[in-house]
Amino acid sequence: MATQSLAPALRDPAWNARVFWTLAGAALLVPMLWATEFRPWVLFEQDSLRATLRFLGDFVPPKSDAEFLRMVAYEAWRTIAIATCGMALALLLAIPMTLASTAVLSISALPGRMHALPFVIRQGIRWLLILLRSVPELVWALVFVRVVGLGPTAGVLAIALTYAGMLGKVYAEILESGETHATTTLLRNGSGRVQAFLHGLLPTNAAELTSYTVYRWECAIRSSAVLGFVGAGGLGQQLITSLKMYDGAEVSTILLVFIALVWVADWASARLRKVLG
Amino acid sequence: MAGVAIALADVEVRHPAAAVGTPSALKPLTLSIAAGEQLAVIGPSGAGKTTLMHAIACALRPTSGRLRIDGQDPWSLPVRQLQRLRSRLFLAPQVPPLPPRQRTVTALLAARLPVQSLWTSLRSLVRPVGAADAYAALARFDLGDKLWTRVDRLSGGERQRVGLARALLAPAGLWLVDEPLSALDPTRSQLVVSTLTGEARARGVTLVATLHQVDVAIAAFPRIVGLRNGELAFDLPASAVTRDHLLRLYAQFEHELAGTPPAIDDQASPAQRPPTVVVCR
Amino acid sequence: MIPAPPLFHLRCTACWIVAGIAMLVVASFVTLDLKWAAFVSGDALARMGRFLAELASPSVEPEFLRRLAIASAETLAMSALGTLLAVVGGLALAVPASRPVDGRRNVLRGPTRLLLNVLRSVPELAWAALLLIAAGLGPLSGTLALAFHTTGVLGRLFAEAIENTPREPADALRVQGVPGGRVFLYATLPAVLPQVLSYTLYRWENNIRAAAVLGVVGAGGLGQMLTFHMGLFQMSETGTVLIAMLLLVALVDLLSYLARRTMVS
Repeated sequence: MATQSLAPALRDPAWNARVFWTLAGAALLVPMLWATEFRPWVLFEQDSLRATLRFLGDFVPPKSDAEFLRMVAYEAWRTIAIATCGMALALLLAIPMTLASTAVLSISALPGRMHALPFVIRQGIRWLLILLRSVPELVWALVFVRVVGLGPTAGVLAIALTYAGMLGKVYAEILESGETHATTTLLRNGSGRVQAFLHGLLPTNAAELTSYTVYRWECAIRSSAVLGFVGAGGLGQQLITSLKMYDGAEVSTILLVFIALVWVADWASARLRKVLG
Repeated sequence: MAGVAIALADVEVRHPAAAVGTPSALKPLTLSIAAGEQLAVIGPSGAGKTTLMHAIACALRPTSGRLRIDGQDPWSLPVRQLQRLRSRLFLAPQVPPLPPRQRTVTALLAARLPVQSLWTSLRSLVRPVGAADAYAALARFDLGDKLWTRVDRLSGGERQRVGLARALLAPAGLWLVDEPLSALDPTRSQLVVSTLTGEARARGVTLVATLHQVDVAIAAFPRIVGLRNGELAFDLPASAVTRDHLLRLYAQFEHELAGTPPAIDDQASPAQRPPTVVVCR
Repeated sequence: MIPAPPLFHLRCTACWIVAGIAMLVVASFVTLDLKWAAFVSGDALARMGRFLAELASPSVEPEFLRRLAIASAETLAMSALGTLLAVVGGLALAVPASRPVDGRRNVLRGPTRLLLNVLRSVPELAWAALLLIAAGLGPLSGTLALAFHTTGVLGRLFAEAIENTPREPADALRVQGVPGGRVFLYATLPAVLPQVLSYTLYRWENNIRAAAVLGVVGAGGLGQMLTFHMGLFQMSETGTVLIAMLLLVALVDLLSYLARRTMVS
């Protein structure tokens, strides 16, 4: 290589690493392309191209007869309702678990180390929260559809469980990262855990907690739109039905409503967070 | 590389963002600089020195008056030719414009981009093309060992010298150097000034520098231009500049004459807060 | 004594918001046909208990594990390739989507932003379902779905990063007469590269979670196995698939953490 003949000061010290990482990247890319059956040209083969174009051609104009629109509007509302109910239940689950797992509210830890039993309980709840949020909400929905049948109940339960895990974890992080002096003082003066929470921790962190909750609600709407794919009600279910019938006009309307819903949730959540924060 | 000649006739410059009613940064000014000439622009802060440099570099468009570079009016040229003309001008701003995470060698070789083919400039990102020249330029500023160092690992003074070493690599016939010594100690200042003037003379390049150090300017440059409040105060050979000239030029700014240039913030670029990400997981 | 201010009054925005949220929650519960009776009935609870018991005894049959390993590799490849494609697409769209620093008007900015927003608003799973029509069942649809959605997310983030970079390095090159593309490569790109890398890793962590469930609509990977076995009520196999998902997610989180750490040092 030409580098060999250069003066030592002129030899690029990063060159070997660059060559190595490029080769390593290429070596990884090949099996990756193979594993994902990455043959994008199948998109442009005659048959699939014809099907795609026919399907896309139906997109314009979107289906807009009154009955269909009423149905889509109803499903859109159900999507919001599933997200809202799910969030409400998630809060019901998450708040007690947060209170029980926050180390700041430990009375036994006041003089120094936490006792063994409260420690085990707190860790146990933390692991439960991790488990709840590690399983994707779609998988929970699949399980609940098998248990309670098709319909929004499965969606609400799936969101409730996953979001309880997420909320519980983040609430605990917010509470423990903030100013804890007021709370410990209250506990030292003999107030109970719930009192210390309501008068110490909650006022200190209320803005951040609300803002995060609103943001999660926005996420829940995105989730609930998708949960319908496995039969848990809402827009997703309608989208899948129309897709299976290759009805481009219907799909186009639903997608537009879908996008509008996400944008409205995005906007509403940003406004709410601004007003409440 | 032949030097570039410059002629300003009644050139006036207002900053595009300036509020209505504020005086122009540069009031109608007439000045001509011959090819290969070396001159220093001095004056108190806010005198319009940097504005003058930007106007000559075709970075700011004169509000009125006529700028001629090698006899051409740059602002009447088509864009393509204006760009070609700009490649003959090299402006080294006071704060060296170096991307923090780039390596010194790449930042230096960027000076050659105007005359490089797209392919060469792409190749140079992967493996620097012309590292030997970059090394030679750095060595002139006593920085040879920093060739492969990342720019953000350099000190403020080292960064300033890298910014100046860029001039040696640029395909330019005019070097416009804005406050080249602001982050340097006196010894380095000597080295930098003698390198710049010596290299410019050897290459026949025109050199215009703004300087806060009046003594350095008078010692190293044959011609001195004094600016105050955006107006030409004097334009004299260095030997003709008297203490009286300087006192009048720096009236009410005497502390600057005493040799304490206003410190530039050694920019640890403000920590960037990443925008809030919508990730729902 | 000064009377305490009333708890609710007409000028209090927060009160109205709280009342609005309460109404939204009540309306949601009232209008949804929720079947709590079915959920808390002895039958459903017993079924749930049986499910969980079987889930907790995962299957370790070798032939099944072999297929599971293949599906896991497929999921991992889908997430990585999808993210990679999205980085390329995101960068390509971020440039026209960002405001040019030299104050010129950028007529492409509006349309590109709209495109990015649409790409981002349609979730991965919906993209996958749509792409099945063009690309057929299998991991290609999933990979492209991840790439589309992530392009929207990353494109917007990259555009913001580009707009927030200090403009001096780019200005210096531009005033020297360097063409726009090379200014981007030599001044803007090095400045945004750290952010590009960290956003990419972040999205990859996200995409492995998405890739794990994309198979639910038939777009390959672990999700496909999950729906298959769950459909047949083979809960111990389902349990193994779930464990594989969690391990895969943990693996990517670890890799991303390591990459981030080497980048910082």
